[in-house]
Order: sequence, then C-alpha cells, then structure tokens
Amino acid sequence: MGKQAIQQQKIVCVKCGIYLTPGKVTLSYMGSTFPVELYKCAQCGLVYIPEDLARGKMQQVEESLEDK
Amino acid sequence: MDQKLLREREARCVQENPPGCTAGCPIHVDVRGMVAAILKGDYEAGVTLFEKMVPFPGIISRVCDQPCQKACKRKEIDDPISINALEKICVDSKHTPKPVVGLPEKNKKVAVVGAGLSGLTCAFDLARKGYKVVVFEASGVLGGSIRDITESKLPREIIEKDFAVFDQLPVEFEFNVVIESQGSSSRSFIGLRESFDAVYLGIGCKEQNALDLRVALDGNIAIDPVTLATSHPKVFAGGRLRRGCEERAPVTSIADGRSAAISIDRLMQNASLTANREKEGPFVSTLFTNTKGIERENKVPIIDLANGYSKEEAEAEAKRCLLCECRECVKACEYLAHYGSYPKRYVREVYNNLSIVMGIHHANKMINTCNLCGLCEQVCPGNLNMGEICREARQMMVERGKMPPSAHDFALRDMRFSTGDNFALSRHQAGFTASNVAFYPGCQHAASSPEQVKKMYQFLCDKLDGGVALMLGCCGAPANWAGQEALFQETLQKFEQEWRKLGSPKVITSCPTCFSMFQQNLPELQVEMLWTLLDRIGLPDKATTSTFARRKFAVHDSCTTRYEAALHKSVRNILGKLGYEIEELPRSRENTVCCGYGGLMIYTNKDVAHKVINRRIKESDTDYLAYCAMCRDNFASQGKRAFYLLDLLFGDEKKTGDEKDVPGYSQRQENRARLKRSLLREVWGETVQEPETEVKVIIPDRVRQIMEDRMILVDDVIKVIAHAEATGNKLKDSESNRYIAYFRPVSVTYWVEYSSQEDGFLVHNAYCHRIEILE
Repeated sequence: MGKQAIQQQKIVCVKCGIYLTPGKVTLSYMGSTFPVELYKCAQCGLVYIPEDLARGKMQQVEESLEDK
Repeated sequence: MDQKLLREREARCVQENPPGCTAGCPIHVDVRGMVAAILKGDYEAGVTLFEKMVPFPGIISRVCDQPCQKACKRKEIDDPISINALEKICVDSKHTPKPVVGLPEKNKKVAVVGAGLSGLTCAFDLARKGYKVVVFEASGVLGGSIRDITESKLPREIIEKDFAVFDQLPVEFEFNVVIESQGSSSRSFIGLRESFDAVYLGIGCKEQNALDLRVALDGNIAIDPVTLATSHPKVFAGGRLRRGCEERAPVTSIADGRSAAISIDRLMQNASLTANREKEGPFVSTLFTNTKGIERENKVPIIDLANGYSKEEAEAEAKRCLLCECRECVKACEYLAHYGSYPKRYVREVYNNLSIVMGIHHANKMINTCNLCGLCEQVCPGNLNMGEICREARQMMVERGKMPPSAHDFALRDMRFSTGDNFALSRHQAGFTASNVAFYPGCQHAASSPEQVKKMYQFLCDKLDGGVALMLGCCGAPANWAGQEALFQETLQKFEQEWRKLGSPKVITSCPTCFSMFQQNLPELQVEMLWTLLDRIGLPDKATTSTFARRKFAVHDSCTTRYEAALHKSVRNILGKLGYEIEELPRSRENTVCCGYGGLMIYTNKDVAHKVINRRIKESDTDYLAYCAMCRDNFASQGKRAFYLLDLLFGDEKKTGDEKDVPGYSQRQENRARLKRSLLREVWGETVQEPETEVKVIIPDRVRQIMEDRMILVDDVIKVIAHAEATGNKLKDSESNRYIAYFRPVSVTYWVEYSSQEDGFLVHNAYCHRIEILE
C-alpha cells in the first residue's frame, strides 16, 4: 500500500464520525466526465483529494483538457 | 487571420531570408552554412553544402569571381570575408566525388552547343533529370575558356576531376565539331533543331555565327534575361554569348546553364517558362543584420598563394563571418527567446493553432504568454507585432470557447473586484457640483500605494481649480489583454457612463496602462498622465524636502506608453527637479521592455514572466525608478530595489524599495477596498461600516506565500472555512487533528487544512483545482 493511501486511511468524516474508504467518484471538467476511485465518506459522500493529487495528476488532466 | 494575412505577416519577418552573400550568388551557395561548418571543423559538411549548388566544385573553388562579396554584410564594417578561399579549403580537405544519382531516362533529347561552363552545367542538370544530352564542342577538350586560366591557378587535374562526373551521366560528347550556321545537315543549326527537342547555345564569345535568330539592338542574339529563351521556341542561349567577353564570370556562366536547363525542362513538360523565377538569379536580400557594436577586424591574408588558407587561417577568417541573421526581436524579448524560434514560425504556429478543429492546441500557452508590449514591432525591420497577433488570437479563442479557463480567470476576477462596489467610486470634489478634471489612479496604483493616492488626490484638489473629481475602478485592461472583447467593452462603457455623469472632465491618471487604454479606446475622452501634469503645475511641497539622500535612479519606462515622448521627458524633469541623478537603461523610452505584467503574462506563465523581470533588473545595479506602480512592484518582488515615482514625491520613509513593500494579491484587494472606505469617510464625511468577516483566520507567512504562488486569496480561504463550519462538512486528519475542508465558490475548488484556535482558525495549507467533483 502506497504512502498516500496510508495517509488517506487516517482521514475521518467529522459529521459521520467514520474513516474514509475508497469509493467511486465522478470528476468533471470542460465537458468531460471521468469516474475515479477516491477516499470518501461511505455515508455522506464527502470526498478527500490530497494535495499531491490536486497539484499533480489532476492539474495535468486540467491542462490537457484545456488545450483540446 | 486568413491565409492572405498569414502570408503578409510571415513576409514581414525577414529572419528566413537568405544572407546577402547567398542572395548575391547567382547559384545561391549557402555560405553561412558552410562557414558554420568550418567553425565546427566539419569540412565535409562544408563541402557538401558547396557541392549541393555547384556542379564543378574544384573549378569554382579556385576561379569564382565572387559576386557574393559585394553583398557581404561585413563590408559595412571592414572587408568582406574571403568566401572563395574558404570554399577552396573545404574542397581541398574533403572533396571526394560522390556517385551522381539521376532520374530515370526520359524520351527527350537535348543538344548543347559548346562545352564551356554554361553548356556543361546545362548538360549536367538536364542529364541528371533524365534527358539524353549530346554536347557538340568545336575543340577537342571540355571547359571552354577556363582552359585559358593558368595552370598554377587552376591545375588541369582539378578540371579533369570535376568533369569526370560526366562518366556517370547519359551525356554524349562530339568533339571537334563546328555547328554550321548555314544549310540543313545534321551538323547544322537547323539540323539540330530538327533532330533534338531543344537546343542550348553556349558557344562563348569567340564565335559569332550568323544564326537565324532575332537579334537585339546591339546586334547580339536577343535573349530573355530570365528564361534565356531566344526567338526560336526550342532554342536557348547563355554564358559569354549573352554577357560578352569583357569579364570572366564563371559562376554566372554556371547560373546561365542552370537557368537554361530549368527552361528546357519546363518546355518539355509544357509548363510556364516564366512563373516563379524571381529569385533564381542573384537578388538583394531583405535580411536585416544588426552590425552595431561589431569591431573592425582585418581579413586573414592568404600567405601561401598556391595552397590557400591553412585550417587555422580558415577558422580565423570564418570567425569574421557575421553568420547573418536578424533576430532583433528575439534578442530584445525574453518571451520570444523562450519559445526557441522567431516570429515567422510563431505566426504560423498561431495560425495553425486557430485552425485546429480536433486535436491538441499546442500554441495556447505561447499565445497567452506574450506581454503584448509592442517591443518586437519597434525593433523589427518589417514592424511585425507579435502582440497584436497574440491578442487577436486570444479574442478568437474566447469567441470560439477555446480559451483555457485557467488562463485569465484569476486576473479577470481581480478586475471584477475593482469594477465592483468594493472599489469603484466616482465623486465630485467634496463641496463641488462640477468637475474640471478627474483623478483616476487605476486599480494597481491604489492596490500598491493607497496612502499615496489619498495624498495625491488632496494635492490635486489644493492645486487645481474648478473641482477635481475622483474615480476609482479598472480601465478594463485585463479583459482587453485576455481577449475578452465583450467584457472589455462593457467595462469601458461603465467607466464612460460614470465619466459623463461627472460632466466629461479631463482625466488625469497615474497609470500608463489606463492612459493607453483610454487614449486608444475612448477618442472623446481627454486624458493626461499625472507626471506631465506635475511637471507643468509643480511638485508637492514636501517633495523638495525629500528624506531620500541625493542619489541616482535608473529610469524604467512603461511599455504601454513607449511612444509618449513628452511623458518620458516629464518623468526625467521631475527627477531632475528633485535633485536626483538619472541613469538611462540600455532599453528605454520607445525601446523599453515590459516589467512582466503586461498581457497578463504573470498570471498565465509565471516562469517566463520571472525571466522577463530578472533580465530587466539585471540591466543595472542602480536602484530603479518606475512611474507605474505595477512595474515597480514586479521588480521589487524579484529582489531589485525599486521605487515608484510617488515614493520620491511624498518622501515616504517607510518605502524601502524592497520586496517587503510588495503587497500580495489579497492585500492588493484589501488595499483598494480600504482606500475607498477611508476616502468616503475622510473626504466626503460618510459613515462607512467596516465589513464583518465571517470567520477570523490566522495565516502564517509561509502559508501566505503558498497561497500567493497558487493564486488563492484570503477571501477564498475564509469562504472554505465558513462553509465547513456552517455545514459541518469537513474532514479531519486523525493523526494531526487538523481539519480539511473544500468549497467551490464558482469555478475553482479550494481546499484548506486548518485548526481551531481560541481567537479564530489557524490555516496550515491551501490548494486548489479546477476539476469539479460531481458526486
């Protein structure tokens, strides 16, 4: 298990009081939607996007969609 | 930009035009390429370039009459470079005849009369194209008049080595044959015309046979200078027959043979003899090469007359070559240099980028990075303005919905802040119902130095009669630069309405960009820069008792007012009145460079903007003086001591000139909003409530810097925390006990890591993305 996943396992949804677990999330940008697996609250659906992901892969995807 | 405009724009960039030597050479030898090869010690590459154009390299490398030298740029400084001597060393060191590859044989026959250089070139070129060629020569040898050149200058084995190429080509030679001008035998002129598909006459100047061709006024055969056609459709003529015998011009003879071969080939294919032949022979190139600052350097003499240059000598002479190219704009502009090419290519890239329907728009970033400063146009010999092209491209991208949303979003939101209620203001002077002038400090001056805006407004009210209105807002430049034409017009109209409500007073602005936007887009509005006004009406009293020590400043002129000579003069006058010494930067006034803010470059491509800033601030060790607050802030942000002209006028001791004075994005908005509130209270005596923040946040400097780099405002962070605390939608890292929350006000999702403190929330980190979380 990667370092990032271990870190994400420690994230709790404050409202529901449960640990986040991997689940299906739909992301969307510039008219494209893509299903991804992210840590989220199994109860209320609150999602966690870690900084590395937001500033890494997600930014790359944003840039390539913007240039399409 | 349609195809026609594209071509017109491409043609303005002269960078790809050949150097003078190549253009002046009748067969266009790539001298620059050859010299570059010599400089690398690669003589083989040198000879390859030479051979590419020259059919008989050994001969020409020894006897060329060098028309190229007349066009050598070096001539403007001292002597042209010794091109033929450099060709000789290339040929002598590396020339080994290579196999000639010709096209498949064609069913057409050409007669060449005369085996001089022009006839042999014609035969060589046509044979390579697959024509069957028969050369008729009156003597028993090939070469014609080159045989008159002394053996020491042109060794016979060189001639034989060059002509050995004909062993590989479908060329037949008939020696000791004189073509009769009369009669119709197979060895007569008429006979040749009948039995061959075309005839080339390269009979030199010795024979002036009375052929039955039309003659010109001078009694010589009439020959078309471009096609070398005679009055008979099958017959072409050139070489010394055309030129006369006064001068030896071997390379021109070769060019004639080549032109005739092209004409004959076209004739055989029923193609136009005349189309697109403008640059076949020698021409004057429009390539510009700046020779400023190049020092005189003597030509390397040829000491060994028989053998020519040694390699050391050749390399020394090659170093004198200017390797002519233009690149004036690329040398001047960090942005143009960054993309590794030059405008002719860039224009094409922009055009292609706009033409793509499906696929990746590779030039988006390039188009959006230009600072639109107009320096390229100023230094370009063809006045090509990349800024104009990039701005127009941005407009089209916006119109077609192809503008990347991230490019200008932040800057445009900042603009909306300035045109909104938090900042926009339009008032007559307190106690007045009409205004003679209106002071318009612009959004960035107000953001950088709000206190100075207040002081300057007070000064103008004291000094000028007839009422001085104050107008706060934004001129719309960010929308203009972003290609958002509709938003720009809307912003401008809103400003215009307010200005008309004030009675259309003359506008005094301290911002060069506002000045240029108004001047270019609102023809009815009279606008003046604050600096020319101050030069005229006198400086604030305090200015003359400035707390600054007497010292020197290097003046940075703003790019948006590069052609405002009166402004440049006034700024220098003001500095003079204050007792400062002035240093002129290498690029100033109409040649000034952008500070890195223009065109929204700093938002779209921070790396290039920083390169631009860093290049500018390294031009002098002297402290800089700018008369645009934004220019000043950009220099200071990268560690250059820089002052804004009002820092000197008001003798503000708090201004240190360094980056500590540079407010971040959030602070800039805060400064504008506070300025409006305090002016309303202090000048117009209104009661204005301080806005209540939803939550109180504590942001350490480290985090503040992160937010600045990621273009996240304090206000964005507050919104996230307020939303999380109000809804309870927040996460918690069970190890660090920090909350993590996200919120998307409009088009960006902001994430904040924070913890509660007694008096508010401590922010640990913030980041953002544009991708939307749907479920």
